[in-house]
Amino acid sequence: MNLTNGAEAVVRVEGGVFIKERVSKSYRQKELDERIRKERTKAEARIISDARRAGVPTPIIYDIENSTIKMQYIDGIALKHVIDENLSEQIGVLVAELHAAGIVHGDLTTSNLILFNDKIYMIDFGLSFYEGSVEARGVDVHVLFRTFESTHRNHEKLIEAFCRGYRKEFEQADEVLERVKEIEKRGRYA
Amino acid sequence: MKGTVLGIEGTAWNLSAAIVNEKDVIAEVSDMYRPPIGGIHPREAAQHHAKYASYVVKGVLEEARQKGVDASDIDAISFSQGPGLGACLRTVATAARMLAISLDVPLVGVNHCLAHVEVGRWKTPATDPVTLYVSGANSQVLAYRMGRYRVFGETLDIGLGNAFDKFARSAGLGHPGGPQIEQFAKNASNYIPLPYVVKGMDLSFSGLSTAATAALKDHSMEDVCYSFQETAFAMVVEVTERALAHTEKNEVLLAGGVGANTRLREMLDIMCTERGANFYVPEKRFMGDNGAMIAYLGLLMYDSGNVIDVENSHVNPNFRPDEVDVTWIPRDFEKGRHS
Repeated sequence: MNLTNGAEAVVRVEGGVFIKERVSKSYRQKELDERIRKERTKAEARIISDARRAGVPTPIIYDIENSTIKMQYIDGIALKHVIDENLSEQIGVLVAELHAAGIVHGDLTTSNLILFNDKIYMIDFGLSFYEGSVEARGVDVHVLFRTFESTHRNHEKLIEAFCRGYRKEFEQADEVLERVKEIEKRGRYA
Repeated sequence: MKGTVLGIEGTAWNLSAAIVNEKDVIAEVSDMYRPPIGGIHPREAAQHHAKYASYVVKGVLEEARQKGVDASDIDAISFSQGPGLGACLRTVATAARMLAISLDVPLVGVNHCLAHVEVGRWKTPATDPVTLYVSGANSQVLAYRMGRYRVFGETLDIGLGNAFDKFARSAGLGHPGGPQIEQFAKNASNYIPLPYVVKGMDLSFSGLSTAATAALKDHSMEDVCYSFQETAFAMVVEVTERALAHTEKNEVLLAGGVGANTRLREMLDIMCTERGANFYVPEKRFMGDNGAMIAYLGLLMYDSGNVIDVENSHVNPNFRPDEVDVTWIPRDFEKGRHS
């Protein structure tokens, strides 16, 4: 089974195992290409584990080899199909835990949040990085709000619910949510 | 679209005036500020522009007259309103205001980055591209979506050309650095690992430039230049590819002075071929800063009613391309495309 492939990696599922392989780019100098793929694969696996340790459900890593990660396949339903206020508040809590652990997801969308065994799993940490700045966290939340706006009719209620959850678990929540409004005005990260 | 517009560019080193109509560039006269040593000195660049403003304007009017276009045929005056060096922008804006008042025609304030994109759409077959705009001061990946040109990625510190220039100055290579770095890179034998900094969709070149300078202690000029180029270009090509995937567009347009580099073009070409996208590069005169692009976007804006009063024609050194309401592209342009 082949799933959607991004600019960077190809992914497939084999026997319940999710396999993500960062593909070689022939425009890149060979040593640089190998270094980037290896470093990012390692970093992604580490962030996935760190996020879980911080309380955010993420896939279990089975194996890392060069530029390939084998991990648990989260065979649930994407939140973009089922989101409601209650789930949005839970997302707020999860993102708060992630940010409090110094991790920024980098591609928070309702397609990368999966409802599985009554828990919300966060997946695809391909653009994630360690950072504690208000700006990076603000962009993270802003990107999520944009997916609320573009795919869900009652997005204002969803945003309110998210903020409730986010404030509950994160001391710097107000500062970040204030920055989200500012980022919105700049009209970037469309 | 119809009309004749005189546009003036002068955000940095190149002072250039051009007259265009919907068909082609009718006339263009430029005069470059060339620093005796080192890079651009903002005040001296502005003084240069002040000294030569009447020369380029008179020259372009004379050249147009010889082709049968008189000053009285001009419908509007456009100028680079930003981003750029404040002193240079103010000098050029003053010249543009004077012209608009004396010819009694409307004034158009043009975003310099968008002018690069639009001249590329005019002079190549590109219709709806992801644009990689890399120059001395600017490094951005732009694409049109829902009434605006969105910035999908950009430098967090200095422009790519500026990163080359900084390195070149420390290495004693002179200004501008890009062409000489490209020459040295051709004779390299080893790749030296240098910091590759892509943060999400954004880029950072300042640390890379510093690391390249430091690497000169232990490595040859050829190897350092090669590694610097390979690293920096891989970064911009990666972000361009991501923007392509994200927007689902299938054209890439290259703009800006750094676009003259053969290796950068080759890398973009490979990436596009592998993705099944088309890659477009305008001819050289439309790549770096030029008056024609300011006149042309001026024409598009004039034609769609996007003009300003002299009282509200302040320059903006930090003018972002995503602030501009794109009046010249019809709203149903992205037919069938969504999200």
